Amino acid sequence: MKQVEFPKTNNDFARGRTSNRMKDSPGLQLKTYIFLLFIVLFAPLGNVLLGKGMKTIGSARDWELGELFRILIRILSSGYIWLGIACLLAFFVAYMLVLTWADYSYVQPASAFSYLVVAVLGLLLLGEKVNLLRWTGIAVICLGVFIVGHTHPRTTEKT
Amino acid sequence: MLEFTFLFLIVAAGTGGELCVSHAMKTLGEVHDFRPSALLQFVWRAVRVGWMWVGIGFMTLAFFSLLAMLSMENVSFVVPVTALSYAAGAIGATIFLREKISTQRWLGVLVVCIGVTLVWLSRR
Repeated sequence: MKQVEFPKTNNDFARGRTSNRMKDSPGLQLKTYIFLLFIVLFAPLGNVLLGKGMKTIGSARDWELGELFRILIRILSSGYIWLGIACLLAFFVAYMLVLTWADYSYVQPASAFSYLVVAVLGLLLLGEKVNLLRWTGIAVICLGVFIVGHTHPRTTEKT
Repeated sequence: MLEFTFLFLIVAAGTGGELCVSHAMKTLGEVHDFRPSALLQFVWRAVRVGWMWVGIGFMTLAFFSLLAMLSMENVSFVVPVTALSYAAGAIGATIFLREKISTQRWLGVLVVCIGVTLVWLSRR
């Protein structure tokens, strides 16, 4: 009787699933998740700090050159703005790194999880009110991220 | 009208810039070494790729549009709405980066867009 051969390890399953597309480097999935974690933490933190900085600076009324210049000076002298920029730089390096091996169409939606983090930070740090419908929208965004997160991170050939 | 213009710039310039950066990163190849010195070398190699600067140019435009929007609206409203770029990003990745987007990934992107619409509606 012919014996059925089963894949011996989880890697064998993974190889079977992806052999038609490309050969994965070891730990590709794990390092993708780790760098996505950096992305979803640093990006919202940077945005909230920028939001706090811009709220203290205020909005332009007439959009005249002189007024815009004064606002630019206030932006450049704000500690919150610089902290926000530092967080966004850290986010950008993590983003660049993950894009060297993962699809843009995977990384971009997966990083949308940061919208939940930004709403929570906006609520806790800035005291912004988030209504039920907006929470629902954010929950639906997270569901979309969950669906995308269960696809393979890379569909193009390894460079 | 002004808010709509800034929103358009955030989505179009932001997505276009990210597509350019993604293309630049793919030309560098997968990174395996994450020591600080290796990361600095990686950044140095990245800044010498032309597409990187095209991407940064677009993203700078999107960034200042985001700053302008943040001075008018709450951060918990502005940031989720910018997620409209996910639909543009998926289409751009298929056309320009030749990524093979599965039905499941398209579904995920669609769900994200529905979430964004709900966030829009929550404004009123």
